[in-house]
Amino acid sequence: MNTQTINAQTKNNQTTERISGSEAIIKCLLAEGVEILYGYPGGAIMPVYDELYKYQDKIHHVLTRHEQGATHSAQGYARISGKVGVAIATSGPGATNLITGIADAQIDSTAMVCITGQVGSHLLGTDAFQETDIIGISTPVTKWNCQITKASQIPEVMAKAFYIAKSGRPGPVLVDITKDAQFEEFDFKYEKCTRIRSYVPIPETDKNSLIAAAKLINTAKKPLIVWGQGVILSEAEAEFKAVVEKAGIPSAWTILGASALPTSHNLNVGMLGMHGNYAPNVLTNQCDVLIAIGMRFDDRVTGNTATYAKQAKVIHFEIDPAEIDKIIKTDVAVLGDAKASLNALLPLLNENSHKAWHQEFKDLYKIEYEKVIKGDLYPTKEGLTMGEVIKEINIQTKGHAAIVSDVGQHQMIACRYAQFNTTKSNITSGGLGTMGFALPAAIGAKMAAPEREVVAIIGDGGYQMTIQELGTIFQQKVPVKIVVLNNEFLGMVRQWQQLFFDKRYASTEMLNPDFVAIAKGYFIDARKVTTRSDLKDAIKEMIASDGPYFLEVRVEKEGNVFPMIPTGASVSEMRLE
Amino acid sequence: MDEHQLYTVSIYTENNIGLLNRISAIFQRRHINIESINSSVSEIENVTKWIMVVKLSEDQMKKIIGQIEKQVEVIKAYYHTEEETIYQETCLFKIKSDLLFNERQIQNIIKDSYARIVTVNKEFFVIEKSGRKEEIDLLHRELSVFGIMQFTRSGRIAVTKDEMKISTMLKALQH
Repeated sequence: MNTQTINAQTKNNQTTERISGSEAIIKCLLAEGVEILYGYPGGAIMPVYDELYKYQDKIHHVLTRHEQGATHSAQGYARISGKVGVAIATSGPGATNLITGIADAQIDSTAMVCITGQVGSHLLGTDAFQETDIIGISTPVTKWNCQITKASQIPEVMAKAFYIAKSGRPGPVLVDITKDAQFEEFDFKYEKCTRIRSYVPIPETDKNSLIAAAKLINTAKKPLIVWGQGVILSEAEAEFKAVVEKAGIPSAWTILGASALPTSHNLNVGMLGMHGNYAPNVLTNQCDVLIAIGMRFDDRVTGNTATYAKQAKVIHFEIDPAEIDKIIKTDVAVLGDAKASLNALLPLLNENSHKAWHQEFKDLYKIEYEKVIKGDLYPTKEGLTMGEVIKEINIQTKGHAAIVSDVGQHQMIACRYAQFNTTKSNITSGGLGTMGFALPAAIGAKMAAPEREVVAIIGDGGYQMTIQELGTIFQQKVPVKIVVLNNEFLGMVRQWQQLFFDKRYASTEMLNPDFVAIAKGYFIDARKVTTRSDLKDAIKEMIASDGPYFLEVRVEKEGNVFPMIPTGASVSEMRLE
Repeated sequence: MDEHQLYTVSIYTENNIGLLNRISAIFQRRHINIESINSSVSEIENVTKWIMVVKLSEDQMKKIIGQIEKQVEVIKAYYHTEEETIYQETCLFKIKSDLLFNERQIQNIIKDSYARIVTVNKEFFVIEKSGRKEEIDLLHRELSVFGIMQFTRSGRIAVTKDEMKISTMLKALQH
């Protein structure tokens, strides 16, 4: 008797069972390893919620206070864990409320699966109650989407959804399921998706391109690495560090790439782009070989492309062939997954140190330090700066916190000054610039990584775009730390008005509520700081707190973020004041 | 800046609902007009072929092909210049029947243009013409003089002079 065969047969027999479409959805989620999903119930998704009730010991549904919050929570979850975030909502307004988060995940390459309920298939196209064409609406902002009208389609479509969301360059997928398909019973069997004939998640790497890249790097006198989130998404941090160290190349990051290499690493020369560090921006136009790894030359990084790194040979390590030559013409394109490519590159590289070149970065840093950084971090004038708040958080979390920032001045300051020792620690809305991202994203991040300190840094504007998620934090007891840097302005817009619109502060001043009272209304410990002498103690209290904690810091009203590359200017024309 | 010119785009895809929306959105987002579009079966079983005509620069064209191929359900996309393809369009003219008998010139126009009379009845007759865009434009101009009741023209269909390696590529995928 062959037990192995018998076991295999029994297992095979068990794989088919007659269940409803909605139960099948839960079973698909469990098969994909989903433990938490974020969402909001409603008419067209009720059968699935009924199953969520039955399966609540196996899968945790988090009721957010708005569907947008569900998507950002799923994003935060995905960004800190590298897993697929899941959001669920009903048809019509429930579905349309997901769109901002989906668009954000699309442009920031975040793996997310969104499930929406849809009116019954016999009602499609009749303008039924809460019917909306969410497939049509979500098409330009999803990596893939699909409508299910029959229960039997559920396993295959769900398997494809998770495979597509996570593989290759990740992105959001939306699955829309009609209510009748949720009720319908069928013979369920689940198989994971491993291949789609029309889809190439990771393009083949041409060995010759690696050799050509290595040759350029080995002969370079002034090489500069600019890296992005691709390093984090392919979990290539170790391979990346090895390459940087062996070739001794100064390396700068995009805000989504931040934390892949510790901030304190001697070859980490800082942040690229509009409000990044002075040295890597200016020296982009002096390097002889520019090595881009897992980044896409966003306009906020390049400034004017007509004058961007014209003197340099450009090497682009990239998983998405459509990114090659999209913005900056490359001399050598290395297609493929960053982890594999960097691993293959390492033995081809010569050891080097580029000491004189590296000194140029140090010299420019000194200038930036004197003109900008010193005043941001160690201000002598009255009025708290955003920078000194970040500095204090660095000190008290010893650089181990994951920083979730919103969009605006505080975001640039947080990205510039946060100390990162660990990868996947800078969670922010980069491409879309979605105000309201941070509070719900911090919920997802903390739930995905409860062992980590998660600090949300938010402006007073963005905070009020998703402030209702305090309800989620309260109900779920998520011990997330919330810091609102309140300058009573939409600060970044105000800064532009000051610099480019003759100080006409059109609709940027905010009359704010008592934020501490609001937090306390949700039974969240809260404190407000208005003076420098209280700052240290308040942050200490916040970090020591076991539960969620809200800290409002009144910062100077008209502080500006510098350095700055004005729109249309070259990276080398960065302004220090 | 390189110059704008007509390109014929050939796209091999899965036959799925919503894919037209996904592909047309790529052009719409960049404010590029689609001159013509045709969808049909292809030389490969279960593979749909789209032929689109667009006017843009080669640099734009290359980037858009990249964006099209990035779509999960697109198997392969190509672009070709006018010289690299053999293409045809078809059109139908509906014209008042009296004209056919009263205006001798019309019969000559039909004969000279190699157009085909599809149907004739008391009220109207219909002629069909397949050819290149300029030939159809010429016929349209000539017949307009007499008055056209209805006119319609198909999207371009095209094959390339060079071989498309798509079949070999698909076979390699189907192991």
